[in-house]
Amino acid sequence: MSAQPQTAPPVLELRGVSKSFPGVKALDDVSLTINRNEVGGIIGENGAGKTSLLKVLNGIYQPDGGQLLVNGEPVKLASPRQAFDTGIAMVFQEQSILPSLTVAENIFLGREEEFLRFGLISKARMNAAAAEELKKVHLDIHPGTPCSKLSFADRQMVEIAKALSLDSRIDGNITILLDEPTSVLERKEVELLFEIIADLKKHASVAFISHRLDEVLVVTDRVYVMRDGKVVKEFASEGATEKDMHQYMVGRQLHNEYYREARQAAPADKVLVEARNLGRTGAFRNVSFTLRAGEVLGIAGVIGSGREDLARCLAGHMPADSGTLTVDGKSVRFTSVPQAAAQGVGLVPAERKIEGLVAQFSVAENMTLAALPKYVSGGVLNFAAERETAKAWIDRLKIKTPSANAMVGGLSGGNQQKVVLAKWRIAGVKVLILDHPTRGIDVGAKEDVYELVRDMTAEGLAVILLGDTLEEVIGLSSRILVMRDGEITATFDAPPGGKPTQVDLVEHMV
Amino acid sequence: MQAKAASTGWYMEQWRRWAPLAVLAALCVLVSLFNPNFLTVGNFVRLLNSAAIPVVLCMGATFIILMGSIDLSVEGVVAMTAVVASLLVANDITSYSIGLAAAPVAILIGGAMGFLNGFVHVRLKTPSFMTTLGIGFAGLGIATAVLGGLTVRIADPVFRSLSLGRFLGIPMAVWIALAAFLVALTIQQRTRIGRWIYAIGTDEVTARHAGIPVDRTRILAFVLAGLFYGLGGVLAAAQFGQGHALISQGRLFTTITAVVVGGTALSGGVGSVVNSVIGVFIVVVLANGMVLMGIEPYVQQGVQGLLIIAAVSLALDRSSLAVVK
Repeated sequence: MSAQPQTAPPVLELRGVSKSFPGVKALDDVSLTINRNEVGGIIGENGAGKTSLLKVLNGIYQPDGGQLLVNGEPVKLASPRQAFDTGIAMVFQEQSILPSLTVAENIFLGREEEFLRFGLISKARMNAAAAEELKKVHLDIHPGTPCSKLSFADRQMVEIAKALSLDSRIDGNITILLDEPTSVLERKEVELLFEIIADLKKHASVAFISHRLDEVLVVTDRVYVMRDGKVVKEFASEGATEKDMHQYMVGRQLHNEYYREARQAAPADKVLVEARNLGRTGAFRNVSFTLRAGEVLGIAGVIGSGREDLARCLAGHMPADSGTLTVDGKSVRFTSVPQAAAQGVGLVPAERKIEGLVAQFSVAENMTLAALPKYVSGGVLNFAAERETAKAWIDRLKIKTPSANAMVGGLSGGNQQKVVLAKWRIAGVKVLILDHPTRGIDVGAKEDVYELVRDMTAEGLAVILLGDTLEEVIGLSSRILVMRDGEITATFDAPPGGKPTQVDLVEHMV
Repeated sequence: MQAKAASTGWYMEQWRRWAPLAVLAALCVLVSLFNPNFLTVGNFVRLLNSAAIPVVLCMGATFIILMGSIDLSVEGVVAMTAVVASLLVANDITSYSIGLAAAPVAILIGGAMGFLNGFVHVRLKTPSFMTTLGIGFAGLGIATAVLGGLTVRIADPVFRSLSLGRFLGIPMAVWIALAAFLVALTIQQRTRIGRWIYAIGTDEVTARHAGIPVDRTRILAFVLAGLFYGLGGVLAAAQFGQGHALISQGRLFTTITAVVVGGTALSGGVGSVVNSVIGVFIVVVLANGMVLMGIEPYVQQGVQGLLIIAAVSLALDRSSLAVVK
């Protein structure tokens, strides 16, 4: 016992950490370590569990099981503030900089004690301390500048400076968590960030999470690969290639049963949607594709690839500002959702609870929401007709609900999703855009949704799919567009038996 | 394209920043064109005097609105504290006569009502809108019931000098309002609570993550507001020499109008007590000007109503709002 350990304990260690949400296991027995003066990388697809992992490390989520050790001591992190005081600082991808406060006020938000005298904050001393931190990130701005005046990249640098301010205020090693830090930075700033990280390594540890595998290889010493909430691979960055990483990220084989590939319809000749050089400033550009009746068009891409914006443009949530769009032979330009709906285009959004359903409405009310005029006679609603339709669709989609009058908010995620689908079917859509249709629903319900997608295409509808996982996109789609940085980088035909592999897609995604 | 968008943003920002002051200046010019009496020293002192109580009330309300909440209890707290103050000094109903000590007692009662606002709002998680409306009504009810419809007449000249006394030719109420403003400005600029109120109003989740004791800050902000309303109640009692529930009539609307017209955003995080003082003067100059122009009182109310809607619609960046409730 008295002998000193040969090596210092890891700065940060997770042992068998799990975290579940209803229907989803976000983290499944995750173990990893970040050593002193080391940059550890964490990579994985969207939804692999990287974000959940960071939230556990940052005290936003409390794990259901397992242990978290900092400098060899078990700790419980109840809040980001506690994580901070323990020596773990997070640089958020979605920034935590408040635009209404100045740079200095943001850096020391919640930690003003050290600048207090007789209960009053000394702005001069706070600004001087902030200037010190800004120097570390080579940011030449006055600490009294309101953050609303800073560029996005500068705010990111302030965010990093805020994390670094921990260094001089804590005994022992600190760990900085960087979540996709380069996604908003220009080339020059990325290089600066890498210099900062190299400098940090001398006295701190870093966890670096990024989609950009080339950057991960440059910056990190060791990399963990996550998939489906598990750590599936750990390797040293030196000597690794991007191709290896692609392989680790996707890993498994497809089950074609699961996605009902046998029912995948051959596309009809009838063209339902034709996009030519569609673009929207700051979101995507030069997007062209053709969508036929009976087809499932998958769009693959990471966050920021522009695919979400494309989907929203097609459904009229926001207008495209260049290019042409033809729906069912008619040239259209949508500036509102009802316009798109009138032409038979509907979007099932990813945020079901926010955008897809009115939780306080009944199942029947939600179902007829997009087609309400059909149920009005003489200026009043025809409840009998509404209920009739609702019951028919509840049977048809096997929706588990106590009755057509039950509140939709009380249904399970899978059944809620079916109600959203029914809503658009009742409204008579020809083209349905599904944005992450199986996010947060359990496996059985996912299969139901896949079955419904096949039903729709069999009836001559067309589907545009932004899948939750690559596997899902490949399994369901008859054709796949890959997007990166707002542009289509590849198109794959995906007939049953001739599907592209995940590695094929990933190569064009990142 | 990008540069153009940026410069439009810059103009909008400058406009939002300077609009309240520009409106005030334009208003002054306009009114003095119609009636040269506006620019006399006498009228100027009158303006300052009628701005005194609204400024004090606005100091409190600004913190609440900066936090993204709303406080509708102004009238209830003012009525309650005015009645209590008038019953504690020499008067024609009770036999108490504690003189100037009535002021701190009434102010503390205001603080206690503010605490009740904040505590109920935070602990029972009731929206500030409903909580403060309820507690404000309760305050009005109690103030009315205590007096049973009577009016207290204050017979304490020292207490009344809190409002009517003069120093350097300017009414004491104005000096007290100036002091209240300086205190509020210090709280806003130089204390943690002031900083945290901005942070909470901008993004409560981030504020919580930064370790800010959000619930405690919220309660404290309501206490602060209550203390300012209490001071407003004391000044009202001293000014009118009376205590009754009607003394607070119309003050809620004036207060919220002044804060919003001054440019403090109802969504929280943006604005300042300085803006609110400008807002008070816009409201007061407008009222004063309409009186000088001989406009009917009911038309004056209508103009105030339009003013608040115009201010909100000018101040909001509606392009970034997806949902308006």
